[in-house]
Amino acid sequence: MIEGDGFEPKIVAFLCRWCSYAGADLAGTSRLKYPPNIVPIRVPCSGGVDPAWVLRAFERGADGVLIGGCHPGDCHYISGNYKARRRTVLLKKLLPQVGIEPERLRLEWISATEGQRFARVVTEFVEELKALGPIEASGDALRVTRDGESPAPRGG
Amino acid sequence: MSPKSGDTSHETRIVRNPAPRHPSPVTRHGDRIGVFICHCGHNIAGAVDVKRVAEELSRYPGVVFSTNYEYMCSDPGQGLIKRAIREHRLNAVVVAACSPSMHEATFRRAASEVGLNPYLVECANIREHCSWVHDPGEEATRKAIKITRTMVEKVKGDLPLEPVEVSHVEKCLVVGGGIAGIQAALDVAEAGFEVILVEKSPTIGGHMAQLSETFPTLDCSQCILTPKMVEVERHPRIHLLVNSEVEEIAGYIGNYHVRIRRRPSYVNPELCNLCGDCEKVCPVRVPNEFDRGLSERGAIFIPFPQAVPSTYTLDEETCLGIRPLICGKCAEVCEPNAIDFDMSEEIIEEDVGAIIIATGYDLYETAALPEYSPQDPDVIDPLQFERLLSATGPTRGEVRRPSDGKVPKTVVFIKCAGSRDPELHKPYCSAICCMYTAKHALLYKHAVPEGRAIIFYIDIRAPGKGYEEFIHRVMEEDRVLYIRGKVAKVFREGDKLIVWGVDTLSGQKVEVEADLVVLAMAVVPPKGVEKLARTLRLSCLDENGFLKEAHPKLRPLETLAGGIFIAGAAQGPKDIPQAVTQGSGAAAKAIALLSAPVLTHSPEVAEVDEELCSGCQVCAPLCPYGAITMEETAHVNEILCEGCGTCVAACPSGALSLRNLGDEQLESMVAAALAEPEPAKEAVEVKGD
Repeated sequence: MIEGDGFEPKIVAFLCRWCSYAGADLAGTSRLKYPPNIVPIRVPCSGGVDPAWVLRAFERGADGVLIGGCHPGDCHYISGNYKARRRTVLLKKLLPQVGIEPERLRLEWISATEGQRFARVVTEFVEELKALGPIEASGDALRVTRDGESPAPRGG
Repeated sequence: MSPKSGDTSHETRIVRNPAPRHPSPVTRHGDRIGVFICHCGHNIAGAVDVKRVAEELSRYPGVVFSTNYEYMCSDPGQGLIKRAIREHRLNAVVVAACSPSMHEATFRRAASEVGLNPYLVECANIREHCSWVHDPGEEATRKAIKITRTMVEKVKGDLPLEPVEVSHVEKCLVVGGGIAGIQAALDVAEAGFEVILVEKSPTIGGHMAQLSETFPTLDCSQCILTPKMVEVERHPRIHLLVNSEVEEIAGYIGNYHVRIRRRPSYVNPELCNLCGDCEKVCPVRVPNEFDRGLSERGAIFIPFPQAVPSTYTLDEETCLGIRPLICGKCAEVCEPNAIDFDMSEEIIEEDVGAIIIATGYDLYETAALPEYSPQDPDVIDPLQFERLLSATGPTRGEVRRPSDGKVPKTVVFIKCAGSRDPELHKPYCSAICCMYTAKHALLYKHAVPEGRAIIFYIDIRAPGKGYEEFIHRVMEEDRVLYIRGKVAKVFREGDKLIVWGVDTLSGQKVEVEADLVVLAMAVVPPKGVEKLARTLRLSCLDENGFLKEAHPKLRPLETLAGGIFIAGAAQGPKDIPQAVTQGSGAAAKAIALLSAPVLTHSPEVAEVDEELCSGCQVCAPLCPYGAITMEETAHVNEILCEGCGTCVAACPSGALSLRNLGDEQLESMVAAALAEPEPAKEAVEVKGD
């Protein structure tokens, strides 16, 4: 995709507006450099990230998905980040069944004061995804319909 | 374009689908989108080809106007947006500039000034998330295009919203009648609002009424407190309910419904003339709580002479006459016939707009420290020592030890008794002990000049105004001996209490023969506060059981429940000036709420599609705010919902959605975030003014 010899992974980031989005803002204010492979989407809370959104992102061609939330105990909405954590554990079990390595989904706690951490997480994630290469499974394997039909498992 | 628009030399204006000459009413949203790319001087334009971003966006479906300008947030920049909205009949706007936390409000306000609903304006963050973090060039430009397109996809699905408005009750509930609650009640009432002040004991005043003098000024505690208590009683807008406890709180900000249980006092306060004849004939003698058990009272009693309301109270737990009727002596001697054995418990229901919780503190039980012989009558807690020092106390202010009434010649004070001990007791510093112990030692030395006062301490913490100076005065002028170290054991030997300690500065063991030992017990949350917290349906207690503030630094007076505020030691150990400050602060918060003409709330909350909802009830217990109630389907209370989306993500039927961040919106945003921009084309209609 992006010019150059190697594979440039595409990452969609769901960042909670109170901590991780603000942490990404701070990375900017601090002029920290990280690779441009990530496009952030601001959400109210990591607890509001529907697992289906993550699957759709993969379906649409994402090579990695980052969910950023507040540190445990710091959630603006009291406990949303704990729910994100539980859902992510389950989602990481589901992903291999549709041919996606679970490492392509990352849940990170990044506070509004952790610009440095945001830049580091993105840099590391891009490196890891480059090592993993493109997703082998076709987008069809991931098709999740709104009626709740389960995704067709592929390659057992 | 007006000549006022400033330097427009960097500006490229692209209009794809010119506005019809005879505008028809706009029926759809997000199909005439204007995109405004900000240079932010060199901050964005230095890394991102802003002209190319504007051109790319001009070709994007739904976008009818696209331009770039040096400073969108400046007056001319805002003017440019406003003019474009009018001239091109834009029904949605994306400003690609800095983080929405900077100027989202600015651009939304500007748009609403020309009639565009502010919720149809979105910010694409191409500065903090792009130009500032990437090297200048193609990649930064491509990313800026993707970020802006993502927000165009969002704004396509945005609906015009109006803030949720709710009326409120102009009344405040204050729970707890100590100094913090008194201050809060007086301030709110003075601002013109009705106040219900609920106190569980028979009088207001709290612990401050028990104190002898206050540090560091040595004001007589009751002398400065009782005028405020009287003011509460006389205030036309304060409705005082003593012997009462809050049973249940339901509702939400501005509209709480409260159930209060009032125990009977069996004495009509209107008739009681405080003659005291009833207590003289009462055959019951029980320990007097106000004197911390150092004196006795009858079953009918007044806690202290200046109690408010000023009336005797009959304690039904200890009275012989309530049931069965076997005594009744007090009623026989009561001339004004104030005693009424037929009084019964009442449930009082009130609607209030704001609640201030000022439930104060208790002392950690001395029984928790068996190594200090807490069962010994001459090992006492600090409030007992206050009563011994107080002119209205059991000894009329003469320091006499409880066991035999002798004047103690050596008094040992042990600080941090149960505090700062994470292994066995309380991990925190109780904050007030250093100061009151210094005061105790000083007052003792003034009462018994030839006596010895010895203080065992870990550290001395004196951060208030005049506090450090007070400690020095106590050490130097009053010759109080401070020994840095902990006490291992206190035990009785004949007439004396033997105190074994260590002086950690010299490394020596210390043994003191004392006549009286005062344990500076840890400050703990009051009993019953958990029950109150439960009725608020919130995890609002911290790990030590104190009420938890919404934010430890920036929202110290608020809880996470809107309209419920905290004051005083209920939130953590506090001295009188801090408790008063918080009382006034919480009152100011309550007044601001009660005086708002109408309460508003962000409309970007969850909503239920009742057609789709199966009533499975997965969502309701997940909501941290109790905003979802279940009938046949789920119902979201717009005022309680904070819009976190946790319920939405959990809903198995897709019946719940967040306003202006729906599933379809999100899906197209994700698609836009992942779609690579096409190479730039020159075939765009460029139109200047």
